[in-house]
Amino acid sequence: MTETLVRDSLENGLVHLEAKDINVWFSSKHVIENISLQFPENSVTALIGPSGCGKSTFIRTLNRMHELIPGAQLSGEVLFNGNNIYGPAVDPISVRLGIGMVFQKPNPFPTMTIRENVLSGLKLSGRRARDEDSIVESCLTRSSLWTEVRDRLDSSAGALSGGQQQRLCIARSLALNPEVLLMDEPCSALDPSSTRRIEATIRELSESMTIVIVTHNMQQAQRVSDQTAFFLAEENQPGFVVEFGPTDSLFSAPNDPRTEDYVNGRFG
Amino acid sequence: MTTLIDSSNRPWKVRDKSYQAQQLLVHAGTPLAAVAVVALTGIKGMSGLFFTWLFLHLITGALLARFGKRRYSIANSSLQVLMVACITVFVTAALSVLIPVFVKGISAFSSNLLFQDAALVEPGAELTTGGILHALIGSIIIVSIASVISIPVGILAALYVTEVRGKLTPYVRFFVQAMSGVPSIVAGLFVYAAFIVTGILPYSGLSGAIALSILMLPTVARTAEEVLLLVPDDLRTAALALGSTQRRVVRMIVLPSAGAGLVTAAILGVARVAGETAPLLLTAFGSVSINLNPAAEPMSALPLFIFTQMLLGEDNDVARAWFACMVLLTFVTVLFGVARLGLSRRKMG
Repeated sequence: MTETLVRDSLENGLVHLEAKDINVWFSSKHVIENISLQFPENSVTALIGPSGCGKSTFIRTLNRMHELIPGAQLSGEVLFNGNNIYGPAVDPISVRLGIGMVFQKPNPFPTMTIRENVLSGLKLSGRRARDEDSIVESCLTRSSLWTEVRDRLDSSAGALSGGQQQRLCIARSLALNPEVLLMDEPCSALDPSSTRRIEATIRELSESMTIVIVTHNMQQAQRVSDQTAFFLAEENQPGFVVEFGPTDSLFSAPNDPRTEDYVNGRFG
Repeated sequence: MTTLIDSSNRPWKVRDKSYQAQQLLVHAGTPLAAVAVVALTGIKGMSGLFFTWLFLHLITGALLARFGKRRYSIANSSLQVLMVACITVFVTAALSVLIPVFVKGISAFSSNLLFQDAALVEPGAELTTGGILHALIGSIIIVSIASVISIPVGILAALYVTEVRGKLTPYVRFFVQAMSGVPSIVAGLFVYAAFIVTGILPYSGLSGAIALSILMLPTVARTAEEVLLLVPDDLRTAALALGSTQRRVVRMIVLPSAGAGLVTAAILGVARVAGETAPLLLTAFGSVSINLNPAAEPMSALPLFIFTQMLLGEDNDVARAWFACMVLLTFVTVLFGVARLGLSRRKMG
């Protein structure tokens, strides 16, 4: 997806997911301040910034995983297809079905086989699949794991390598057909070749879904994303967005000197 | 052809002559010195020899570690000796409980002991009459009922504390810990006062089971809690992110992951109460014949049987008690073994 298309979709109102004035507290500690970002349909958005600036906290507010942490508080709105996911009548479970999530550490269910892991989302959300075999095959194909595991679908997921486990987790999320996929540093525990495969998967998936990815790797942000948000937090201050815009211009011609310093590796 | 290992390929081996002399002094000299001390002084016996040797060894080791060469090696070997000595004392204590039970239990063995009750046994009667079957059956019935009460309640309490994490969590934890400190006779007295004196229940297996369940509950709940805490939070988060309700997270992810550990929690609970005597004295009360009905009439149990037989004091009665001891000990040891095996598998998997 090119930058102009992202801009077009932004201008034409095709915003798929939008965070409006998000503030987050843990007990009394203010950790995120007034973050507003727009995620156009079928775009990839990278969230970059040094550790502890609230990127992971922010991404968890986008599918209501944030509220599971004791002491968590939040103000602001997250609009998903125009509806506030924090609205009083909204069931968090339906939000998480539409907005999937992949975590930093690969976390397949160790008591289940590869096949059961792919189908686990359907079982856990209490839905019955019509054609389980085709779901397993299509999800594993989309997460580019199918050719590696097609012959051992009934073996334990624990025997896979870290990169394969992460792609299995992606497949597990895809089985629920989410419109948005949130990825919290999906490659930070993986080696370069696994990382490359996951990045290829991200690019393929972005043809049909909106992706938000937290990453510490600036090259990765440049490789996979259409737009980038740079987060920063002063010591003991809440995190905020310094700069948000198309990835190319944010990296080549940043508006803010702090962004320039960060993307050129002068701190962080 | 065997490969010869050239000692020069192992440079960490010490070939220092004076160090070797020190080692010889510590390991060979101190036993000889101990023998000499025992022969020349009033210290007597194997334990005297053992403790004299241990004392001399530690003194020599400490002196060499302070003034000799290669202090750390000497300190290391002295501490090893101290540890082995501690283990020896502990194992000796354990074996001196186990061995007499098995020696006396086996010497009393006669097949009728396992297959008859004690209804027709006069005090002091020959070992070829009567047996412990009524107590064995009673134990099985009472412990089973206690398990049926305590295991589900204990696991549910653990799930409340680890999964639901509701407002009452600190109170549940506190009460479970407080309960695990309840002396067993108090559990028996409670059931006596609350159920038997008030006429709700007679002296019976059921009363005994309730008393045991009070003791069993905290063991099951605490072990189950520890096992459930071993389930990585990642898995719960992953399941919730897949749109699961908490009930399905527990049923489909947490319980299968903790399965073997929960079985262990249950077994440890059973092993905890199988040997309890005090709570049964005022509740199950004991009997001499087989009673299969836990709701009425007193019921015997192995610990109760052991207690009453020992009180009779005749040689044959005491021998019966030792035999019952052996059966009980075997039962509990096997349970603990199974539980250990379950726990170690859990950690590997």
